[in-house]
Amino acid sequence: MKYIALIYSNEADEPKPGTEEFGQYMQDYQNVSAKFNEDSVMLGGEALEVVSTATTVRVRNGKTETMDGPFAETKEQLGGFYLFECANLDEAIKYAGMIPTAKHGCVEVRPIMIFD
Amino acid sequence: MTPPAPAAAIEAAVREEWGRLLSALIAHLGDFQLAEDCLQDALESALVHWQRNGLPQNRRAWLLQTARRKAIDRIRRDINFRKKQAEYGQLIELDNAEQDGDPNSIPDERLRLIFTCCHPAIDEKIRVALTLHTMGGLTTREIARAFLVSEDAMAQRLARAKRKIKKALIPYEVPDDDAWPERLESVLQVLYFIFNEGYAATAGDVQVRTDLCDEAIHLTRVVQALRPEEPEIAGLLALMLLHDSRRSARSDGDGPIILLDRQDRSMWDHDKIAEGIALIERTLAKGRPGPYQIQAAISAVHAEAGRFGDTDWRQIALLYDALYKLQPNPVVALNRLVAVSYADGPHGALPELESLQDALQNYQPYYVTKADLLRRAGRTGDAQAAYGRAIELTSHPKEKAFLQSRLDNLPEN
Repeated sequence: MKYIALIYSNEADEPKPGTEEFGQYMQDYQNVSAKFNEDSVMLGGEALEVVSTATTVRVRNGKTETMDGPFAETKEQLGGFYLFECANLDEAIKYAGMIPTAKHGCVEVRPIMIFD
Repeated sequence: MTPPAPAAAIEAAVREEWGRLLSALIAHLGDFQLAEDCLQDALESALVHWQRNGLPQNRRAWLLQTARRKAIDRIRRDINFRKKQAEYGQLIELDNAEQDGDPNSIPDERLRLIFTCCHPAIDEKIRVALTLHTMGGLTTREIARAFLVSEDAMAQRLARAKRKIKKALIPYEVPDDDAWPERLESVLQVLYFIFNEGYAATAGDVQVRTDLCDEAIHLTRVVQALRPEEPEIAGLLALMLLHDSRRSARSDGDGPIILLDRQDRSMWDHDKIAEGIALIERTLAKGRPGPYQIQAAISAVHAEAGRFGDTDWRQIALLYDALYKLQPNPVVALNRLVAVSYADGPHGALPELESLQDALQNYQPYYVTKADLLRRAGRTGDAQAAYGRAIELTSHPKEKAFLQSRLDNLPEN
C-alpha cells in the first residue's frame, strides 16, 4: 500500500540556515532518509522551496489565471513530502512520526488511491 | 432441535453472538462492510429457518457458516471477482474444512475488532459509535437515539469510518508492545465514554441511556476476559461496576440527580459492589497501578462506607494524591480538595481551591464544589455568588433545579 506523507510547518518555526539547529535539522533528515531506505519503505521524497516561491494556476472559462502565492494562505504550509510503501496505516504512521518536522509542524498521511 | 423460536428470541441470540461472529468474519474477509452485510444476510436466513425449525444447537457455527456462504455468493457476483480470487479460494477452503471439523473451534477475534474500531486515526466520536455497532451489535437507529442524532447522520458517520478503515488500510490486529499502551488507552477511553454517556444522563431517553451503561460493562468484560493480565482493563471494569452499583440510588424519577451524601445506600446494588471491590483488590495486588485502578479504589472506599459520615476521606485524599501524580490536571486537584475538605474541614481547602480558579474558569463542577465548600464554611454571601455561577453553567434541568434548591435553602447571613 502506498502512502504519501505531506510535511506541513510554519516557516517561521523552521531552523534558520547558518544556525547550529539548522545543521542538526539537515543531519536529522539525512539520517531518517537513510533509515527509510534501509527499511525499503521510501519510494520518493522531496523538500519544497519556500512558500513565497509558489504560483497558483487555475483555468476558468478557458482562461488561465495565474496568481502569486499558495492556493490557501494558512499558517502551516506544505514544505515537502515522502512517498512510502507500507504494509498498513500503522506502519505509515510509525515512519511519518520519524520525520524531523513532525516535532514542530505536522505530517498528514494519506493513502494513494487505488483505481479498481 | 428445539421448538420453533419467536423472532425476538432469534434477534436476542444473534445480538449475543454479533461481535464474535463479525470479528471472525472480518478476519476471513478483510472487509468490514462485506462482513457486516453477510452477517445481516445470515440473520435474515436465521429468522426464516429458526422460526420454522427452532434454534440450532450451535447457533454461532450455524450463523458463521451461513454468513460465509453468503460472502461466497456476494464475491462471486462482484464485478471485480477476478481481483478477489484469493479471498474466494480461502473461503471455499474454510467452508470445506468445517464440514467435518469442530464447529466450536471458532477463534475469538474481538480484541482485533475493538482495537481497530478504537484506532486513533478514526474520529473520536465515531470510534464510540463504531464500537457499539460492531462489538455490541447495536443498530444504527439505537446508536443514533442514544446520541441524539438522526439515523441518516449516524449511518453516514459509520459508513465514513468503515471506508477509512478500508481505504487507509487500518490494520485488523492487536497492536504490538510498542504501540500497546497508547492504543489500549484509546480503547479504554472509548469504553469509559460509552459508560459515562449512560451514567451522566446529560440528555436523552433515560432507558436508552441505562442501556449504554450495561453495554459498556458488557464490552469491558469481553476485553477483560481476553486480556485478564492487563490491570488497567480490570481497573476500568471495577470502576464501572462500582459507579453503576449506585445507579438506582442516584435518581428518583423526575427529580434532580441525588449526590453521594444524600443517597439511600440500601438501594445500592451490593452484588455489583462485592464484584467491583473483589476485582480491584485482586488487581491492585499486582503492583502495577494506573489511573483507572486508582479511581476504582476511590469508588470502593465510598462503597465500603455504610453512611456518608463513615466515609474514610483521608484514604480518599491519599488516593487522589496518587492519581494526581499520574494525571497532574486541575480536575483531579479539585476532586482531591473535596476529599481534603471532608477530612480536615472546608476552611483548609478553600485557599487551594481559589488557586485553581484560573485553570477551571468555565468548569461547572468547580463552582458547584466552591459553593458547597463556602456553604459548609458558613460563608453564605460568597456561597450565593458561587451557586449563581454554577447555575449559569449548568444545562441539565434536573441539576439546575438541585442547585437552585441549595441556593434557596442557604441560611440567612
